[in-house]
Amino acid sequence: MTVKDWFEQRKKMQIARRDQDPQIDDTIGKLWVKCYNCNSQLLRKEVEENLDVCPKCNYHFRINARTRINQLFDEGTFEEMFSNITTADPLKFSDTEAYTKRISQAKAKTNMNEAVISGVGEIDGNQVAAAIMDFEFMGGSMGSVVGEKVTLIMEEALKRKIPMLAVTASGGARMQESILSLMQMAKTSCAVARLNEAGLLYITVLTEPTFGGVTASFATLGDIIIAEQDARIGFAGRRVIEQTIRQSLPADFQTANYLMKYGQIDMISSRAELKSTISKIINLHKK
Amino acid sequence: MAILEFEKPLFEIQQKIEELKKISESSGMDVSDKIDLFEQQALEYKKELYAKLTPAQRIQIARHADRPTFLDYVKLMTTDFIELHGDREGTDDRAIIGGIAKLGNESVVIIGTQKGKTTKENLVYNFGMPQPQGYRKALRLFYHANKFNMPIVTLIDTPGAYPGMKAEETAQGTAIAENLREMAKLNVPIIAVITGEGCSGGALGLAVADRVYMLEHSYYTVISPEGCASILWRDASKADVAAEALKITSEDLLKLEIIDGIVKEPLGGAHCDYELIANNLKKTITDAINELKNYAPDKLRNDRYNKFRRMGVFCQ
Repeated sequence: MTVKDWFEQRKKMQIARRDQDPQIDDTIGKLWVKCYNCNSQLLRKEVEENLDVCPKCNYHFRINARTRINQLFDEGTFEEMFSNITTADPLKFSDTEAYTKRISQAKAKTNMNEAVISGVGEIDGNQVAAAIMDFEFMGGSMGSVVGEKVTLIMEEALKRKIPMLAVTASGGARMQESILSLMQMAKTSCAVARLNEAGLLYITVLTEPTFGGVTASFATLGDIIIAEQDARIGFAGRRVIEQTIRQSLPADFQTANYLMKYGQIDMISSRAELKSTISKIINLHKK
Repeated sequence: MAILEFEKPLFEIQQKIEELKKISESSGMDVSDKIDLFEQQALEYKKELYAKLTPAQRIQIARHADRPTFLDYVKLMTTDFIELHGDREGTDDRAIIGGIAKLGNESVVIIGTQKGKTTKENLVYNFGMPQPQGYRKALRLFYHANKFNMPIVTLIDTPGAYPGMKAEETAQGTAIAENLREMAKLNVPIIAVITGEGCSGGALGLAVADRVYMLEHSYYTVISPEGCASILWRDASKADVAAEALKITSEDLLKLEIIDGIVKEPLGGAHCDYELIANNLKKTITDAINELKNYAPDKLRNDRYNKFRRMGVFCQ
């Protein structure tokens, strides 16, 4: 192998890894998992006890909505609301599989009934209204239910005059509901306008990954925008951009650090510090 | 004028009629009654053809190279148009053009995405794909309208917001999101019309309006049928199937109560008669302004909120 070949191969491997889902590899047994970032073999229990962060390299794995709620809210204080709102199939949509089938598969896989949990809970004793998204449920995509539950909880924040928190994880708008999904961007953003007019604090936490219609609506409208460490955030997907501009993008493109460099977010927070950061921000805005 | 694939049979019939006319002229044979009959039949065929277009064929009309652009409409519908350039932060995005003009007796702020008709023009206008700076220019003009109590008219024809490196670095998502939020707060009537392609957030970024209309053959969708096909079907050639499934035509959107009305196009599409489509469009917009300007700002904002608040279908 020539030096040139070696570099070529290395580059290919890097690209392959980049296109891989940045997830914990849990196919190697019940007790052990492998870190996507540093390739270390890790004890599953050890990772879970460390807030789903790699104890070796500090890489933040994706977590689901319920785990997030447990990490952010004071124990036993979070009360879910609007869980009665469930998915319909208004367009009778079917691609390689029927939308209704995809929904029931997602429900079975995640034990959730949609890609967001809305509710009110306490963070260090302060009441907060929250919408917490779950990427495992159809890529956290926003259709009518996500839009409605996000809007309803914002209206609840208005009613109770309490701060609003959105934790996003989404590939974007849900294609299976087409134009109705697009309109959820308008609906949720209009609800943010009402929070603004009422002078209520709205904090958003962008987590891995936040893209498309969610980035282009309520996710980036926070009075304060926090990105979680290792999150990738953007409007268009990396591959779409590469195809459009016909050049490859920097390795750190659309990472939290990249967005920070370009002034798009207020701060990056590690998972360990997220709760205390949010708590401090809420206390600083208390009248 | 470019002939679309499905128009070819019609075009051939019309060519034959022209040939027949030439022959009858040169030979002196009078076949005018035959020609009249053929022309009548061709027209009937044309009507039938356009009444039964598939969504994929409608898209071809919406993307027609000769379709009237924003600046065509401005020229045909308004007087005294003065373009207002720039986002005041270093850029004048050419994919979004805006300014002030008289529409009938009304001073309005009129903003739209601009496409070109030639490759050279399209390079200037970036094929109607705005950068974040375009949305920020639009926002600046929205505020101008709000300050001077002028209705806002937006005309939308875009394949989407530009997916580029610089666009991401300067926060494409945030720029669109801020427009959605700020449009909700404006005190003046807003009328949005999808005139050609209404793709995704890039279209919606100018369309949180009190009244939303579509030209008959325009389309409005969450994602381009090509994009949808390559993601869901993993096969971009399934775009026609995706176009059907996504329910993107003006009739579909009226039925879904997403838009308030359809602006009828001349037979064959808007590009066949610029004057006629501009007149139809102008009438729709003026009627809407005349109704909306009677409303107090609070009512406008509330109604606008409720309009979008209602959208979405779910079980309860």
